[in-house]
Amino acid sequence: MDTSKKAVAALALNRFGLGPRLGSIAAIAADPRAALLADLDRPRAGELAAPGLPSSAQAFRTVADANAERRARQITMAKAEEAKAQAEPSMREGGVPTANAAATKMATEAVPNPGRQIYLNEAKARIDAALGSEVGFAERLVWFWSNHFCISADKIQSMSGAYEREAVRPHILGRFQDMLEAAESHPAMLFYLDNTVSIGPNSVAGINRTRGLNENLAREILELHTLGVRSVYTQEDVSRFANVLTGWTLLPAADNPDHGGEFAFNRRLHEPGAQTILGQVYSEGGVEQGKAVLHDLARHPATAKHVAGKLTRHFIADEPAPALVESLARTFQDTAGDLKEVAKALVASDEAWSLPPTKLKRPSEWVTAMVRAGGGTTADPRRFTAGQASLGEPLWRPPSPKGYADDEASWIDGMGQRLDIAHTYAERVAGALDPRFVIDSVLEGTVSAKTTQAVVRAESRQQALALLFMSPEFQRR
Amino acid sequence: MAPCRHLPSRRAALLGSGALFAWTQLPKLARAEGRDPRLLVIVLRGALDGLGAVAPVGDPDWIGLRGDRALVLDGKTPALALDSFFALNPAMPNLYRLYKVNEATIVHAAATPYRERSHFDGQDVLESGFAKPGVYDSGWLNRALLALTSGGRVDASGAGALAVGPVTPLVVRGRAPVMSWAPQLVVPASDDTRARLLELYQHTDLKLAAALEGRIRLAALAHADGSTASGPPPQLPPPGIARARAYFAEAAGTAARYLARPEGPRVGAMGFVGWDTHVNEGVADGQLAGLLGALDGALAAIESNLAAAWRETVVAVITEFGRTARINGSNGTDHGTGTVALLVGGALKGGRVLADWPGLKTAHLHEGRDLKGTIDLRAVLKGLLRDHLRVEEAALAESVFPGSAGVAGTAGLVRAA
Repeated sequence: MDTSKKAVAALALNRFGLGPRLGSIAAIAADPRAALLADLDRPRAGELAAPGLPSSAQAFRTVADANAERRARQITMAKAEEAKAQAEPSMREGGVPTANAAATKMATEAVPNPGRQIYLNEAKARIDAALGSEVGFAERLVWFWSNHFCISADKIQSMSGAYEREAVRPHILGRFQDMLEAAESHPAMLFYLDNTVSIGPNSVAGINRTRGLNENLAREILELHTLGVRSVYTQEDVSRFANVLTGWTLLPAADNPDHGGEFAFNRRLHEPGAQTILGQVYSEGGVEQGKAVLHDLARHPATAKHVAGKLTRHFIADEPAPALVESLARTFQDTAGDLKEVAKALVASDEAWSLPPTKLKRPSEWVTAMVRAGGGTTADPRRFTAGQASLGEPLWRPPSPKGYADDEASWIDGMGQRLDIAHTYAERVAGALDPRFVIDSVLEGTVSAKTTQAVVRAESRQQALALLFMSPEFQRR
Repeated sequence: MAPCRHLPSRRAALLGSGALFAWTQLPKLARAEGRDPRLLVIVLRGALDGLGAVAPVGDPDWIGLRGDRALVLDGKTPALALDSFFALNPAMPNLYRLYKVNEATIVHAAATPYRERSHFDGQDVLESGFAKPGVYDSGWLNRALLALTSGGRVDASGAGALAVGPVTPLVVRGRAPVMSWAPQLVVPASDDTRARLLELYQHTDLKLAAALEGRIRLAALAHADGSTASGPPPQLPPPGIARARAYFAEAAGTAARYLARPEGPRVGAMGFVGWDTHVNEGVADGQLAGLLGALDGALAAIESNLAAAWRETVVAVITEFGRTARINGSNGTDHGTGTVALLVGGALKGGRVLADWPGLKTAHLHEGRDLKGTIDLRAVLKGLLRDHLRVEEAALAESVFPGSAGVAGTAGLVRAA
């Protein structure tokens, strides 16, 4: 097969997929575009076969139950310690504080937090899906949309993985409107962006209590998830939309042993009455009022432009040509936000195949590509997430609701750390992985002569692999 | 959750409950003679400049080859005289001391059968024990253990070897069980790797080059004022030679502690990287001097941690090939052929340099550029395995170093039992 065909196949795997694995360049070289589309046509593409993983509500309850049990133990133990201190004069000096500290320690040991393990199990399912996918285009779309509608495990660890499976994965090839509603009504999002504590000032609860409106979710939906910052909305729109969303919350675990953590519309928190947003009047209708706003936001031209811009920036170039963005926005508009059609339009664009690979892979993409090239099909989630975290992109823990940045400037200064990670990974695999095999058989000779030369001249397999994984062609897409 | 630093990895435990404790029976025949021999193999990856480590100061062509970069007895940093012909790099005072008390032997102008210049292939030949490069799944040290097993000289269920480092060196890989231990002190990418990557970027991606350069400058800054604020965690020495020294000493010292234990393994292997000194080799006061100093420190750690078992130990320091006899255009040396092997340990009959000196005149150099290999390294290793561990000649010629029947094991390397 000629080199240029292989180069196009490699470009497709890097730009739209998760990087070449052994045999994947040859497998798709005959028609890389068709291979990308075929990845989307697989039944249940984007979904995760993850038997045994708990739903977000189950995970939430598991952690809440453990927390409650720990508190109960702490109280029981503290009482016992206190009684002991009373009985034994020698222990009285420390008194109550010492007794409390000892009880807390014992309770923590007796009932550890299950949230971390749930997070790791979810991470493993996600990482293995990425390593095991043939092309990885659907997974990349999952990653993109998960970052677009991000939440953070720092705030809601138990639900962080299930959120992606429940709100994002089923819709990456469906309608934007459905994903929008699934994300904004998901308990993880409602908790992350504080809607669970937002109360309509004139709602029953609002009048009875002193707390009130929280605009966080409404603002981020408009600014980040749909219309885009500095577009068409005003502060008034934000406040009114926040009123509309009051009552969107989750069932507390304490009072709902079987349904805690599930979505609920709580009428007592909801601001009554009609609201006008972007000039459109939305009559009172409980939860339907909010759904109607989301419905219209999903179809707004500003949303199409915002989403098209982010998609092209992610897949094609840091500064995509305006014509390409406009064309993709038109597809989004014309298909009423059919995300599969949008993804196909991206692949069909000339730019996708003619522009040089200028994008710097994000740490998550680069680490995954490295392990795929190394023949890994499964990974230790602790090690993998730790590696990604040390590169500044901890899984499901973005620094803000804006998600991880998608431009070179944000990541290029991490080259030193990347080299150390490449070196560490190379050290682990060098015993069983020949760098020339990676160049010839995995990458099918699609690396530059200069890189090949550096690899061949390296003093050890470890150094050779580190140089290969750090080469521009392995880092750019 | 940090793994325990001085416990072997889970892999050892998986090998079977008896494995850890049965090793004590390893060289049965040797034991019958009242000995309990240990053998540790250290592979220097990247090709050690044998002429920079042990200089032929008595060769009339020596100074002509290396000019003012030649180690000499009366230089600014005088080399340490081993005999009337050879002198040791002054960065290795421990090795010099061991040599003086007959516990070190230097083999010069040694080479494996490999005559090309690829590190990977060269290391494969060095470690596999096969005469030609190829894909091998076992190394000569592991097969030597198997030979002891099949000869009834060790307990078949118990023969085992120690591998140090996150990757088991090929020399010790194979069917005989291996227990592996990795130092926590992971060495980040070396200055050399960083420099090579920068060179690649400068030719291919200037933005990446600028980013990496910034990082290198920052590291240099942190190094200069002793602060590690933006660098590695504080318990690590700064990158560069100090960290290599710490890593070498910790890895080798721990290996020695395992070998010293009554129930511990009796053979082990480890690798040290960084010897590919193409640019600014620094024989007397730079890169190579630093690395040799780190190796010297590792040898000292081995001696001290083995304690009484040092008397029954041989450490073999070997490398895939040597470097060019002449200095290249960047004050370094390129891939060559003949080099040194360093043997240390209380079981040796040392205090000698073994060499069949080929000479340094251009006509005497391999392909006009490299020190010739006049001693087959396999002869030295076969001699050690036969006389120290008591592996049988037939096994050495067939399974351990296949096709080496014509290469006689060097006699008299170790003290008589």
